[in-house]
Amino acid sequence: MIENKPLVSVNQLTRFYGKVCAIKDISFDINRGEILGLLGPNGAGKSTTMQIISGVLSANSGSVSIAGYDIQDSPKLAKKNIGFLPEQLPLYYDLTIDEYLLYAAKLRGIKKINLKEKIDICKERCGLENLGLRLINNLSKGYKQRVGLAQAIVHTPSIIILDEPTSGLDPKQILEIRELMHELSKNHSIILSTHILSEVETICDRVLIINKGNIVLDQHLKDLLSNKNSLEKTFLHLTENNKKINE
Amino acid sequence: MSNNIILISGNELRRLFKSPLAWIIFSVVQFLVAIFFYMPLMTYLQPDSVASGLTNNVVSTMYGFAAYIILVISPLLTMRLFAEERQLGTIKLLFSSPISITELVLGKFFGIVIFYILIIAMITLMPASLLFGATLDLGQILSSIIGLCLLATTLVAIGLFFSSLTTSPVIAAVNTYGILFLLLLIKIAASNSSERTAEIFTYLSLDKHYDNFLNGIFNTIDLFYYITLSVFFICLCIWRLDIERVYK
Repeated sequence: MIENKPLVSVNQLTRFYGKVCAIKDISFDINRGEILGLLGPNGAGKSTTMQIISGVLSANSGSVSIAGYDIQDSPKLAKKNIGFLPEQLPLYYDLTIDEYLLYAAKLRGIKKINLKEKIDICKERCGLENLGLRLINNLSKGYKQRVGLAQAIVHTPSIIILDEPTSGLDPKQILEIRELMHELSKNHSIILSTHILSEVETICDRVLIINKGNIVLDQHLKDLLSNKNSLEKTFLHLTENNKKINE
Repeated sequence: MSNNIILISGNELRRLFKSPLAWIIFSVVQFLVAIFFYMPLMTYLQPDSVASGLTNNVVSTMYGFAAYIILVISPLLTMRLFAEERQLGTIKLLFSSPISITELVLGKFFGIVIFYILIIAMITLMPASLLFGATLDLGQILSSIIGLCLLATTLVAIGLFFSSLTTSPVIAAVNTYGILFLLLLIKIAASNSSERTAEIFTYLSLDKHYDNFLNGIFNTIDLFYYITLSVFFICLCIWRLDIERVYK
């Protein structure tokens, strides 16, 4: 029964910043084990959508339910299932990796008995095994990104929300993070926003293109690529069209 | 519920003691208060001094002065609470975690209150040292300590709220200084007004109530004043963070 229900269900989300409409009537579902790529030009509403799903922002109208719990009505139960990596890494630079992950793990409500084990597994997955005592401030950008990713997966949430997880990384680090996401997708659902189209092509099952606050495409990658259109062409076509209409 | 509050206040304290700020505040406060403990003590020991008692002359003077120091450093301690979380982006970690905003605010609040209790405990060691050679009015000292704790609690609540309004710690500090000095100086306005308004102004004044505690008068009105003010600002803070998600 549970398997058939979508893990995350987003219903008609609308959000304004003052008078500016950031997203309008956005609805989509995510199933268990799915990797959803969220694409769109700058300012399209990707980050807003992700922040609403993770409970950082509230929507003006519409609802989000995660594993059957509404994020507004029962936020605690819903948020236990979420791991969120915002675009700006949520790190305390004066803590060590161990201290930070311990705090993040406790915040997410991991029971004391499992704490050490979960943190160790998570550090291993993110390639942080021997760095536990290092101050986050002294890490390179790539390692900071890994710590950010680690706090999002430490409590093994059923849905991981990653806002541009590979921005500012070198090609080797990008590959490593991609591999990690592949591995994570075995047990978790992932929502991923990015500007890099090839990234979506290699790891995502499904693509969602947002432009000016509206969903302009929601398709499985297989179907999309079988139409002999490349993702790049589709993306440019959909986002450019919209520009012309507005002009 | 309470676990999350302990977790957040623990993290607040840990980060405070990791930075030099906490230690510097500890030592500066201790040094300045020591001066204002030593000077009245020396005056008291003069053979020709006109004194009304060791507790009154020395200990109360010290606690009275300590209140002003705490008032001056308080905005510096509370300014980072939420402003810095916003600056770092860690507020998103907190908001996406399964904790309520009430737990978050109370956690931060108690974290700094515990820090103040430590400062007050350190200060209290000085009058306690007098117990080796003199008798003190322990009731009056206890009342002073309670008064100082209540005052500090109120300062934290006010600072917490102003920190929740902005992304910049400095702006939070300036705003907090503004309201604190207003509450401190409001009694001056009382001197030029009619009896009725004077009464109101004096009641609102932040240190007037503390004076009663210093003199060993434990009045529920004073207790009520500090607790109402604290609860008021904590509620404002919770409310502010709650609506932030909707109207950012």
